[in-house]
Amino acid sequence: MSNIAIKPPSQSGIVNWMKENLFSNKLNTVISIICIYLVVKFLAGVVDWGILNAVFAADASACKAASDGACWGVISEKYRFIIFGTYPADEQWRPLLAMVWFVGLIICSLLRSFWKLWLLPLWIASLIGLGILMWGGVLGLSYVENTQWGGLPLTLMLAVVGTVAAFPLGILLALGRRSELPLIRVWCVAFIELVRGVPLISVLFMASVMFPLFLPEGVTIDKLLRAQIGIILFTSAYLAEVFRGGLQAVPKGQYEAAAAMGLTYWQTMRVVVMPQALRIVIPPTVNSFISMFKDTSLVLIIGLFDLLATAKVAITDPVWRAFYIEVYIFVAAIYFVFCYSMASYANNLETELRKGEQH
Amino acid sequence: MSSNGQTSADDILIHVNDLNKWYGEFHVLKDINLHVKKGEKIIICGPSGSGKSTLIRCMNRLEKYQAGEVLIDGILLDDNVKNLEAVRKEVAMVFQHFNLFPHMTILDNLTLAPRLVNKMPKKDAEEMAMSYLERVKIPQQANKFPGQLSGGQQQRVAIARALCSNPRVMLFDEPTSALDPEMIKEVLDVMVELAEEGTTMICVTHEMGFAKQVADRVIFMDEGRIIEENTPHEFFDNPQNERTQLFLSQILGH
Repeated sequence: MSNIAIKPPSQSGIVNWMKENLFSNKLNTVISIICIYLVVKFLAGVVDWGILNAVFAADASACKAASDGACWGVISEKYRFIIFGTYPADEQWRPLLAMVWFVGLIICSLLRSFWKLWLLPLWIASLIGLGILMWGGVLGLSYVENTQWGGLPLTLMLAVVGTVAAFPLGILLALGRRSELPLIRVWCVAFIELVRGVPLISVLFMASVMFPLFLPEGVTIDKLLRAQIGIILFTSAYLAEVFRGGLQAVPKGQYEAAAAMGLTYWQTMRVVVMPQALRIVIPPTVNSFISMFKDTSLVLIIGLFDLLATAKVAITDPVWRAFYIEVYIFVAAIYFVFCYSMASYANNLETELRKGEQH
Repeated sequence: MSSNGQTSADDILIHVNDLNKWYGEFHVLKDINLHVKKGEKIIICGPSGSGKSTLIRCMNRLEKYQAGEVLIDGILLDDNVKNLEAVRKEVAMVFQHFNLFPHMTILDNLTLAPRLVNKMPKKDAEEMAMSYLERVKIPQQANKFPGQLSGGQQQRVAIARALCSNPRVMLFDEPTSALDPEMIKEVLDVMVELAEEGTTMICVTHEMGFAKQVADRVIFMDEGRIIEENTPHEFFDNPQNERTQLFLSQILGH
């Protein structure tokens, strides 16, 4: 051969890309054109309805007049109630500040350069601070009962506290299920299977209605706390099974090497096995967290007003009742932002961890 | 030197007395008796399924046994956790598939046992790890991950890792069987050096050249029994048992 190619022949540029991928043959071209037409048509409809013909002012009669456009006025009218629920209007800066603080803390905790020992005391201090902010009653803040909490702060709290508490519990359950001690194993299997075997709604319902019946007279546990515990237990059972999958994927040789060098059971788990097992199960773990984040909306059943519940209450207002679609889109967008952030973070973490080892 | 009076007299480091082991109904080890002196190099060979790996895995209790006893440096290996801890500080193992920890750098792999088991300060542990990496001739790989190394390099790291816990006995479980042919020599070279330094070694291997070079005794196992036991010279030139002769003709024939 006269010319030896050192690099594979490459064709760059958007025209070449389109030729190769969209219009490579007749059938492909037809399919591409149909798809492009549908996408354009759909987007045009969305823009028409959502922006061009939409009413942004909080004016119900204007909204009714503009029949082929969205009425975002309902959001500007109701957003405070949807986000903060029945928290007293003058005090709503408190849950706002709490949320910003909380989300900031979570973002810090997710950055690997912040994975230091002081993160734990910071979390404890923050949780106390957030409690003071939300309840008040000290430092000149008026007392707000937690039955008045609602909306996004409630959803975030249930989800994040649920995540943080269910994670270690799930690890312990997974280890317990693989334990050589029969009693521990039986307990863990029983717990996992029982909790997985019933719907979250019934767990919440039991936590709220049946659980107090078993308590001695005069002892009451806060409804919010009961719901939170219900969510933690439910999530931990699912996570336990996810983690068990990870534990099984770590080769037996790793356990043997650790045992042969004299590491104890807990050292082996902490340093050798868990770091590998958890890395393997990042995708299903995040899947569980996303699912749990959305499942918090079921607390409506026991009378807690999370983000979705406040949205539903907002559209019971007869003036704005017709515009429920806009309200649901708004709430869906909030859920999406959080869930998509979790998914992207997990993807990043995975690539990051793989990069170091170059398998 | 030895910590226990009863064995130091005749300098025997490992006692295996009437050892029997079953996997369910299957009798893997039958009446094994083996005594290893300090500094001795023992090569164990035999066809696959003969129980040779299981035997050395009984010496650090990766496998439990049902009858007989194994004593390392006078410490009985039984269900006693204290004994187990003590023995695992004295016995190190190199595996067929290296079993390095893939999520840790080479240096972290090496310093793990010294730091967690022997409570050595990090700096001292790293110094020691580097000196062992130099001995196996790969100090420049210290900050890489196992996945970035060749099989031969990984096995040399595994040997260095085993040395890091300052063992009195080194167990090798077919250390070259998972390696590409061109990498076997670099690992065997390291093992020959170790042997020359007087480390007590028990090695399951089919590398007969290596056996001739370093072994004090060669042990041939078949169907869970020690069939023949002799100096390498006698073992290779004048095998007594029929099965040994067959095995040797098969393994040396090709």
